[in-house]
Amino acid sequence: MIAVFIETRDGKAKKGSLEALSEAKRRAAELGVGTAAILVVGGGATSDGVVAELGGCGPARVHVLESAGLADYSAQGYAKAIADFVGEARPSALFFAATALGKDLAPRVAARLGVGLASDCTRLAVRDGRLEFTRPVYAGKALLSLTLASTPQVATLRPNVFPLEAGPAGAAPEVVRKAVEIPDGFVKGRVAEVLKEESVEIDVTEADVVVSGGRGLKGPENFALLRELAAVFPRAAVGASRSAVDSGWIGHQHQVGQTGKTVSPNLYVAVGISGAIQHLAGMSSSKCIVAVNKDPEAPIFKVADYGIVGDLFEVVPRLREELKKVLAE
Amino acid sequence: MNIVVFVKRVPDTESRIRIQHETRSVVEDGLNFVASPYDEFAVEEALRLKEANGGAVRVASVGREEAMPVLRKCLAMGADEAVLIKDEAPESYDGLRTARIIARAVEGRFAGTDLLLFGKQAVGTDNGQVPSMVAELLGLPQANVVTKLEIEGGSGTAYREVEGGTEKVVFSLPAVISAQKGLNEPRYETLKGIMAAKKKEIPVVRLEELGLKAEDLAPKVVVTGLDVPPQRQAGRILQGDPAETARDLAALLHAEAKVV
Ligand SMILES: Cc1cc2nc3c(=O)[nH]c(=O)nc-3n(C[C@H](O)[C@H](O)[C@H](O)COP(=O)(O)OP(=O)(O)OC[C@H]3O[C@@H](n4cnc5c(N)ncnc54)[C@H](O)[C@@H]3O)c2cc1C
Ligand SMILES: Nc1ncnc2c1ncn2[C@@H]1O[C@H](COP(=O)(O)O)[C@@H](O)[C@H]1O
Repeated sequence: MIAVFIETRDGKAKKGSLEALSEAKRRAAELGVGTAAILVVGGGATSDGVVAELGGCGPARVHVLESAGLADYSAQGYAKAIADFVGEARPSALFFAATALGKDLAPRVAARLGVGLASDCTRLAVRDGRLEFTRPVYAGKALLSLTLASTPQVATLRPNVFPLEAGPAGAAPEVVRKAVEIPDGFVKGRVAEVLKEESVEIDVTEADVVVSGGRGLKGPENFALLRELAAVFPRAAVGASRSAVDSGWIGHQHQVGQTGKTVSPNLYVAVGISGAIQHLAGMSSSKCIVAVNKDPEAPIFKVADYGIVGDLFEVVPRLREELKKVLAE
Repeated sequence: MNIVVFVKRVPDTESRIRIQHETRSVVEDGLNFVASPYDEFAVEEALRLKEANGGAVRVASVGREEAMPVLRKCLAMGADEAVLIKDEAPESYDGLRTARIIARAVEGRFAGTDLLLFGKQAVGTDNGQVPSMVAELLGLPQANVVTKLEIEGGSGTAYREVEGGTEKVVFSLPAVISAQKGLNEPRYETLKGIMAAKKKEIPVVRLEELGLKAEDLAPKVVVTGLDVPPQRQAGRILQGDPAETARDLAALLHAEAKVV
């Protein structure tokens, strides 16, 4: 069985977790095994809404691990709950979405189980009855494939890479509840508060379209151009290069690249960004890359599927109008 | 406060990567090696904490003799002591193996440490595994990808980036913290620091001294392939009148790329 940890936020499953569950379903079918979802809930929280959401990628079972001690996220508490579950259910593989939480938690679970971990995978395959994981390394300059010589095979899966299984919701999954014991004093660190950034509606890692700006924008006020372009699409976010962030034009939350976030939207639009390797590291797994740059030699054009050589201040407003027309049709 | 910072020697991010296909490894010749950039944020944070609260900053690296210059750089920045934990094994991409070595060193040579500082990920292998794994092996709390850190007495608060916001993590010491860009601006070494660092001896600890068993060191990761990513097909680059190129691009994104 392949078990998938389902991360929730505001009572909803994260898209990355549903994608991981979808990929689990595909690989499990190849391996001839089943899938299960794992939910961790704190005192009093309900999981019914999330279970209903698992829909088309529906696993046979949803294991709900409950404890009052898990009301606030703590890597320590969650790792114990999940490792205890693994000890009993013995899945052959365990997936997490490579979100901020998944990246924090998965290595902790792997260490507790004494097993290896494949981080931030972008492709999975089955080889001789085991999983083969492929992931970018060296800032995307190489692709590493690996298998894990320990069970369960634990991996984090990059969000927005694996397609969602949009099949019809099958039979409602069986819900198995389990009380987890978190001894007093066991958890020595926890999330006390999440400070939401007001201006961010969708995070760059979760958006279908990312419109990013770089030093070519010349100043913070010109990010308005990109916000307007992004607003044309239903699920879009504004990203930025490190130069733009370091200049204080936009918050670090928006930075794409090696020191920022890794994004894989359907459409990535790089505006006034040269395409330094550290920037490419964060966006080269995007499905379609568009570049707008006045310099025809800019390295971004080497990875772009489409590009416009021109002055962004002239191109971007026009592109917005043209896209609006196309989308209206 | 006693702080240990773990620093890995990695190829600088500008490096052109060449692959040796038979061994599925990266050709090291011609690469420029540096301390992993996030580890520098960790070293800087340790030095600032020491300046504010007293104590000692030690740095350690697991790796071959070649990691010495990286350790020396940390000494030149102001670390009190540097230790090389000598591991001759080639890059294994296996976080657990490194974490076990580090955890054992913390229990032994670095016993009594209040804060273990790491980078959020070692660039190159880009695993982001070792800090959380060390924390688990030692039963310590963790905060990863930290952009702001406050320590007061026996506890601390760390702020870390999550999707659409910032998480405030509260923890007791000892603890594991991994650094993200934004935490601080690493200082440059001073000439005086470089001279002093040259004179310092860097002790070498062998894996056998840590009492690790062969099974603890057996890699869990089996590399089955290392390749350059498939070349993206040459894109369609439009030049000319902004109005025309914008119209053509919108049409291509709709009809050809089918993303709009
Ligand atoms: C360890 C390390 C980590 C890093 N991490 C990151 C990271 O996470 N993310 C990141 O982005 N960078 C990162 N960098 C920095 C990276 O190397 C580049 O410096 C940075 O990406 C450059 O940003 P830019 O493209 O906005 O600026 P520039 O390189 O200055 O490019 C600006 C571009 O705008 C174009 N332009 C100017 N005016 C116009 C106009 N009117 N119309 C159209 N085009 C115009 C120019 O032709 C140029 O190509 C990192 C560097 C290091 C060493
Ligand atoms: N060989 C090593 N020696 C010292 N520290 C390491 C080593 N490998 C990883 N680390 C530390 O763990 C962090 C995360 O590494 P990784 O999990 O490999 O991405 C790095 O930024 C270092 O602080």
